[in-house]
Amino acid sequence: MEKMSRVTTALGGSTLTGRTMHCHLDAPANAISVCRDAAQVVVAGRSIFKIYAIEEEQFVEKLNLRVGRKPSLNLSCADVVWHQMDENLLATAATNGVVVTWNLGRPSRNKQDQLFTEHKRTVNKVCFHPTEAHVLLSGSQDGFMKCFDLRRKDSVSTFSGQSESVRDVQFSIRDYFTFASTFENGNVQLWDIRRPDRCERMFTAHNGPVFCCDWHPEDRGWLATGGRDKMVKVWDMTTHRAKEVHCVQTIASVARVKWRPECRHHLATCSMMVDHNIYVWDVRRPFVPAAMFEEHRDVTTGIAWRHPHDPSFLLSGSKDSTLCQHLFRDASQPVERANPEGLCYGLFGDLAFAAKESLVATESGRKPYTGDRRHPIFFKRKLDPAEPFSGLASSALSVFEMEPGSSSMSWFVDTAERYALAGRPLAELCDHNAKVARELGRNQVAQTWTMLRIIYCSPGLVPTTNLNHSVGKGSSCGLPLINSFNLKDMAPGLGSETRLDRSKGDARSDTVLLDSSTTLITNEDNEETEGSDVPADYLLGDVEGEDDELYLLDPEHAHSEEPEYVLPQEAFPLRHEIVDTPPGPEHLQDKADSPHVSGNEADAASLVPVDSSFSLISVSHALYDSRLPPDFFSALVCDMLRFYAEQGDVQMAVSVLIVLGERVRKDIDEQTQEHWYTSYIDLLQRFCLWNVSNQVVKLSTSRAISCLNQASTTLHVNCSHCKRPMSSRGWVCDRCHHCASMCAVCHHVVKGLFVWCQGCSHGGHLQHIMKWLEGSSHCPAGCGHLCEYS
Amino acid sequence: MRLATAANEAYTASLAVSELLGCKQCGGSRGQDEILQVGSEDAQMHTLFADSFAALGRLDNITLVMVFHPQYLESFLKTQHYLLQMDGPLPLHYRHYIGIMAAARHQCSYLVNLHVNDFLHVGGDPKWLNGLENAPQKLQNLGELNKVLAHRPWLITKEHIEGLLKAEEHSWSLAELVHAVVLLTHYHSLASFTFGCGISPEIHCDGGHTFRPPSVSNYCICDITNGNHSVDEMQVNSAGNVSVSDSFFEVEALMEKMKQLQECRDEEEASQEEMTSRFEIEKRESMFVFSSDDEEVTPARDVSRHFEDTSYGYKDFSRHGMHVPTFRVQDYCWEDHGYSLVNRLYPDVGQLIDEKFHIAYNLTYNTMAMHKDVDTSMLRRAIWNYIHCMFGIRYDDYDYGEINQLLDRSFKVYIKTIVCTPEKVTKRMYDSFWRQFKHSEKVHVNLLLIEARMQAELLYALRAITRYMT
Repeated sequence: MEKMSRVTTALGGSTLTGRTMHCHLDAPANAISVCRDAAQVVVAGRSIFKIYAIEEEQFVEKLNLRVGRKPSLNLSCADVVWHQMDENLLATAATNGVVVTWNLGRPSRNKQDQLFTEHKRTVNKVCFHPTEAHVLLSGSQDGFMKCFDLRRKDSVSTFSGQSESVRDVQFSIRDYFTFASTFENGNVQLWDIRRPDRCERMFTAHNGPVFCCDWHPEDRGWLATGGRDKMVKVWDMTTHRAKEVHCVQTIASVARVKWRPECRHHLATCSMMVDHNIYVWDVRRPFVPAAMFEEHRDVTTGIAWRHPHDPSFLLSGSKDSTLCQHLFRDASQPVERANPEGLCYGLFGDLAFAAKESLVATESGRKPYTGDRRHPIFFKRKLDPAEPFSGLASSALSVFEMEPGSSSMSWFVDTAERYALAGRPLAELCDHNAKVARELGRNQVAQTWTMLRIIYCSPGLVPTTNLNHSVGKGSSCGLPLINSFNLKDMAPGLGSETRLDRSKGDARSDTVLLDSSTTLITNEDNEETEGSDVPADYLLGDVEGEDDELYLLDPEHAHSEEPEYVLPQEAFPLRHEIVDTPPGPEHLQDKADSPHVSGNEADAASLVPVDSSFSLISVSHALYDSRLPPDFFSALVCDMLRFYAEQGDVQMAVSVLIVLGERVRKDIDEQTQEHWYTSYIDLLQRFCLWNVSNQVVKLSTSRAISCLNQASTTLHVNCSHCKRPMSSRGWVCDRCHHCASMCAVCHHVVKGLFVWCQGCSHGGHLQHIMKWLEGSSHCPAGCGHLCEYS
Repeated sequence: MRLATAANEAYTASLAVSELLGCKQCGGSRGQDEILQVGSEDAQMHTLFADSFAALGRLDNITLVMVFHPQYLESFLKTQHYLLQMDGPLPLHYRHYIGIMAAARHQCSYLVNLHVNDFLHVGGDPKWLNGLENAPQKLQNLGELNKVLAHRPWLITKEHIEGLLKAEEHSWSLAELVHAVVLLTHYHSLASFTFGCGISPEIHCDGGHTFRPPSVSNYCICDITNGNHSVDEMQVNSAGNVSVSDSFFEVEALMEKMKQLQECRDEEEASQEEMTSRFEIEKRESMFVFSSDDEEVTPARDVSRHFEDTSYGYKDFSRHGMHVPTFRVQDYCWEDHGYSLVNRLYPDVGQLIDEKFHIAYNLTYNTMAMHKDVDTSMLRRAIWNYIHCMFGIRYDDYDYGEINQLLDRSFKVYIKTIVCTPEKVTKRMYDSFWRQFKHSEKVHVNLLLIEARMQAELLYALRAITRYMT
């Protein structure tokens, strides 16, 4: 024993040293606990129970507590805890329900001290009182918690959770009499050790079992809980009702949670399944872990901070039979690998997009902007170590401004509503759609429809190259500026949103384009200020500071800089992309300004007048004889579709795709088609064009799309009498046996189409209501509401 | 048939049940007044029937039997509906085909016929029904897992999983595999239930009509044999009848034992070695618990086409005395590990199954036969743990001596047969255990059996998947 105390004195205080290291155990560990002097750690598991000394370079096995001839189930530990006052005292929880205490001061080889066999089921957790030498608490699968006084042979008091199995018990560090317990049914209870009859407080913390909890070492009211629902929640218990102050969503169920010493907002978690890493979270930044330890190859089962006042050493035991010491400075920081991106709409339709500069640069092939215009509106308030995630990379900000009025999408709505997509011969469809487009002043589109008709329907086939030449010329100059949104790695959801903007851009039918859009690139060069000499540990926010005020966009400042938005075209980030994107048609001897490159209907004003182009077609129609099969053009048509889609006019792409059907479908890969469809449907739904969107869904041949209108077709209704949901049938309530949906006109039960007034919630048969409202504007139920049918 | 209108279908269902009731064999005292008639149900049951009908387009006999325990039935239907019809990684016809594969392992013609209909209904290729070798390679690969899972789940290793996941173009994704595993275990245990409660064929399936040759005309709801009973059995049956007073004592004795156990539990503490050996004994014994009339049944029905080798069964290994390794629940349990894995790979299903397990495990009416206000938790736990014990799953905190006290031999035979070789259950077995108990209580026992079995199989399969992933 004197050997141990020597170690203690040698290491006393908080001058811990060491390195990241691990040692192999003979068997998987279930739990670990650290001695008060931070020099020894005990590892317990089903078939292991050992004490290791933590030395500078390695772990050294100190003592094997698993002695005796036959392995007993009493030694199969689910949990272990080392007394924080008395370094000779340990307690273990056995899987067979026995609580064992161990006295390292015993002279014999067997250090087992006392055996409590009061629990009927597995004991999940044991916990010593933080200041009292003889008080031990246990929580078991049988739903009871027991408090033992080690000077007596049996328990002092028993606490019944009145619910399911107890998963964790923890004495409050600050309040002498309080302890918290967590349960398999998601509840957390607060008990006073003096009152075994009932708990002080109970609340539901998680959905499903709460596996662990931990009191904050400094803040007396804070309790962190972790559950199977993959959440870590921090509760403030000082208020009348337990209040959730922070919530961290992890990727797997949370098995252990431990506050990090000396860091108010940090806590370490590990998972029970699937995920093997240990994470340290800053609860104020719940999305990206502050640090991550990836040493283990199987799930981590126990974590412990080595010393209650040293935040840099973490010990962990794992199912992969290793014991690890992790050093905080060796932790990997997911932030470094993250690609920060931001996208936001302004009040007037402006759009700002910020991304790590390296990303933007590589995407567009653009050289990093190195001008002297350093962050005019985009700036970092100050260097604050509490904001560890900011400014680790230089970023570029682009702002896209909308011309006032250009955001009108009426053409889109009109087109969507009036296009005919099916049900007539192809020629008629094309003619009809061309007419619609022309009426809306979208001559380019009208032209395309007409050409499609010629290609696929007329006996005489026309090579499109020739006749389009003249059409294309006018438009080749105006490039769609909004195209710079096209970052390839955007998430699909984001993509569709972007598409919307692009279409908006296209809507500027007769405005001059050149300066309507502006870009501002900011090269925020933070590396200098941040300084690589700052230790990583420091960056991770050990110092407390004000929260969450990062990237402040100062409105005043922004306004003053407004003129600077307007940059010359050169600065425009992805400008060249549009030229590269549509591949030149191989089999046509056309130049880059062929119509499918330049076909931006935004430039319709500059195009050839309608009549002339029409006559051109009719002329060429007469000139050329039918030689080429429609197949000849399909590659061209596909390019045309892709072009429209790239331009943002996914409406055109999808419409043509539907109208032409089998003729072109096979030439475009399934995924692209699906992407177009989803984008278009998304757009339609944003404009509340439900009928059209449903028609599109119906007409699509892609499986993924056509199943869209099969999903969530259930409508849940509540009974109008008892206000409870009607589960089985829509017209009669099971509970109060009233017929819920009576027609206000004929007073019969409605079993088919039911139409409600959203104002007074009366309604009835669709036919009846329609008829009624033709004659009267008041509600048929006589409630006096002025109903409207639209 | 499935396209019949609601009215017709309901009529059919009631017909089926009334036919069941009309059966002479089980008629007499109990069957008639206990089995539910459509039309006489209370509101809750009615809702359940309506839900079931809405989901499946039929009201099958399983539902009619399970409605003894409406609370469970609700959860069961919800889960089954989710597994078969809601969003999931597998296409619909695959799901039914897997159901057929699983049911066929136990030669459960009832479930096979049911799902053959469903399979065709959702557009499955009829050719596949000619045998597993006609199904896509991907499903054929699953055959091995199906076999092992049904009969010796403890033999599943991560190599099985790896084989399925890494088969080039025929490989399964993890999510699909979890879906398939859940389906397999669901139908294995449902097959147990079908035999255990003697569910008779649906009216529209083969053998469902009473206007058939006499050999099939005596189907009834408690016809355990599901078609493969023999004449001499009926004779045995009458001989095996015990007087009422005898069986009355049976219940009394059981209750007495429970009380004793409750009281003396704290007094005599068995040593650790004792506990371990008790588990081992129980495990070993469970292998030899078999009905004596273990005659060879040749699978006569056409479901055998789904077998690759019928010889691979539970019996094999028990005869050879193979050792079942011990699986410790404290190291891998459903609540902590299984749930998380399933919910991760096949969202929401973990929750549904978890609920189902909970309801099945905690279901009680505090009655035993004619006694009221009995705490049956001990008995239920003994049954549950006995089944897990047969699969080599051990609870450290359970004294396996209790099992011997509470479960008598005929009951053990029944449990063993239902769980391991359900196709061999006979009506005699069903009758000979717990003679004074009501049908509803026996159905309750069956629910415990099938859920415990499902959990055991799931635990082994999921552990293998976890091992593969780490």
